[in-house]
Formats: sequence, structure tokens, C-alpha cells
Amino acid sequence: MSEDSVREDKTSGNGAPDLGNEPPKGSGTSTIDQIPMGGLPGPGPSGPVEGSEHGDTLTDLPGSDAAEHPPLASTTALSNNKMGMWLFLGSECLLFGGLISTYMLYRGRHSGDLGPDQIYDIPFTSVSSFVLLMSSLTMVLAVSAANRKDERNTKLWLVTTALLGATFVGGQAYEFTSFYREGLGFTTSLFSSSFFTLTGFHGVHVTVGIIMLLAVTMMLRSDRVPGRRAEVVELVGLYWHFVDIVWIVIFTLVYLIPA
Amino acid sequence: MSTDTPDLQAHGDLAPHGESDSQHDSGASGHEEHHGLTDMQYVGIFVFLAVVTGAEVVLSYWQPGGFFLPLLLSMMVVKFFVVVLFFMHLRFDNRLFAVLFYLGLSLAVFVYTVALFTFHFFSGS
Repeated sequence: MSEDSVREDKTSGNGAPDLGNEPPKGSGTSTIDQIPMGGLPGPGPSGPVEGSEHGDTLTDLPGSDAAEHPPLASTTALSNNKMGMWLFLGSECLLFGGLISTYMLYRGRHSGDLGPDQIYDIPFTSVSSFVLLMSSLTMVLAVSAANRKDERNTKLWLVTTALLGATFVGGQAYEFTSFYREGLGFTTSLFSSSFFTLTGFHGVHVTVGIIMLLAVTMMLRSDRVPGRRAEVVELVGLYWHFVDIVWIVIFTLVYLIPA
Repeated sequence: MSTDTPDLQAHGDLAPHGESDSQHDSGASGHEEHHGLTDMQYVGIFVFLAVVTGAEVVLSYWQPGGFFLPLLLSMMVVKFFVVVLFFMHLRFDNRLFAVLFYLGLSLAVFVYTVALFTFHFFSGS
């Protein structure tokens, strides 16, 4: 809202808030200068109610439409953060779709004794999959604890999730090392390049997830979480579960289906 | 600031399950509905996923003829959507989130299926 339009509303008497008739509250200064730069404040996880620090805003004036019906922070009345996360995860499907397709195309392009059927250790990878699946359970328990405002269990489950994720990444590092010792390097064949790129990208995602989990745990400890705590934990949880569903696809298409 | 407006930010609450917070969340943000599942139900879902994963591994060793691939892919799809719907709460959340995610997923499946067809992946030539 521009300053001119506010002035016009003050004098027109067309149903707009009659600012001139109301005594200013708080500091006693005019309210026009106190409208936040980003527009009128509104409730919601992504749009905290602000403006009280330096005085009252237009929404606080009694009798105004804005005071009775506070404007929403988002036109959809949904959390912008959460919507952004889902949009990001939707775009991540395209990234991993490309990597999985590339692997499927090139999995037969290798030298005779260093192919998928010879080199994969299915029992070991099954245990890794089970660990990642279990981390999804601990993550959802962390979100559940956060929704119950049970901060102690929230932190406990977040750290457990991070540890399980670290176990998975450690297992992946061990697998890569053993493949390398058997002679399968990144540039050995098209199969090895596409395999290391796909699983490596996934491993990086898991590592980023671990960093996010530990960062949220630290912020919970020091009480410096930006925004609502349950939503922050849920956003990290969404990312973590996405990493898990990508592994569900990789485990079946890459490891279990013979080349 | 109006005292009528709930200030979640200032409360720093963990969850929308408090009375005032619940009212606020259902009305204003619309995304924090109670997800309806208990911790034990989550554990039950995990057990289901673990059993299906075990069945997948057994199937990969057994490889029962022509059923092998469709069965394995079906199990993968079931596991995928169980995690998305229940662990990621998409079943209980706003439909717009589902649209955003499924749009990306469908686009990826379509684009890369076409790409694989282009490279004659399914014909085996």
C-alpha cells in the first residue's frame, strides 16, 4: 500500500479504516510510517506477526477490517516453507530420475568380470537399506515428538536419525572402497561411472540430511530455531524421507534387478 | 499489536497441538492438521516396510520366472507410496503439496520413460 493511497483512504470515507479518528496507540506516532516493508504482517508459520517492536501498525487499529480479519502471510493460507520444500522435492525427482535412467542405460556397458552381477554384495546393501529405513522411523518419531512439544525426545530421535544416516554413509564408503580395490574405478566403464554418480549423489544427499539434522538439534538446544519448531523439524523430516524413498527405488532398480 | 492475534513465533512452541495454536493452524496455515497416527502405528508401518524389503531380497535370489520383475517393481512402488503417504504425511496434508510433488514425479517418470524408449532400452536392441 502506498502512502498516497493511505492518505486518500483517510479522507474518502469509503469504508476504509478511518485512521484520523483513532488515537494512536503505543508510541503515539502516526501508524503510516510503521507499515513493514514487506506489507502488512500476518499470522502463520511463514509470516510471523510482527510490528510491535516500534509501535502499532494499521492492523492493530480497532474497527479496521485488518484488525478483525488479519491478512494471511500467504495467498494460499499454507506454509510457504513447506510448499517450497515440496516443490524442491518434486524437482529432485527429475534429478534422480535422470541419474537412474542413465544408470539403467549403461549398466550393461562394462568389462566381463566387473559388472553389476559380479560385484554387488546384496546382503550388505540389504542391511544398509534396513538401516536407512529405520532412520525414517526415527525421523517420523522425532516429528511426532515435536508435535507433542516433547523437546527431549525430539532431540533424541533427531540424533538417532543422524547416527543411522551416518551408518548408512559409512557403509556406502566401505562399499565404494571395496569396489575400487576390486578394480572398479569411476572411469573404468560406463557402468561404473553411472553407478558411482547415482549412488554418490544419493550419499551426498544423505550427508546433507545429517548436517541438517545436527544443525536443527543444535538450534533446539540453544533455543535459536527460526520460526515454529515443529515445522522446522517436519521440513527436515520431509527431506530425510525423500532421501529414503530415492534409496527404495535405487535398491530395487540398481541392486536387486539383475543386469 | 493486537492481543487477539496468536503469536506463535513469540511462543516458540514446538507444535500446533496447544489449544490456541491448533485454532490458529487450522484456520490460518491450514497445513498442521493432526496427522492421526500414533507412534505405535508408525512402528507398525516400519515393520511392514521391513518385511516387504526382506521379501524383495528373498525374491531377488529366488527369481520366480516371469513374475519376478512385476512383483519386485510392485513391491518397490508400494514401499515408495507408503513412505510418502504416511511418513511424509502427504495423505493427511493439504492437497496442494501432493500436487506439487506428484507433478514433479510424473514429469520425471514421463520424461525418462520417453528417453529410455528413445534409446531402445525396453526393446533390448
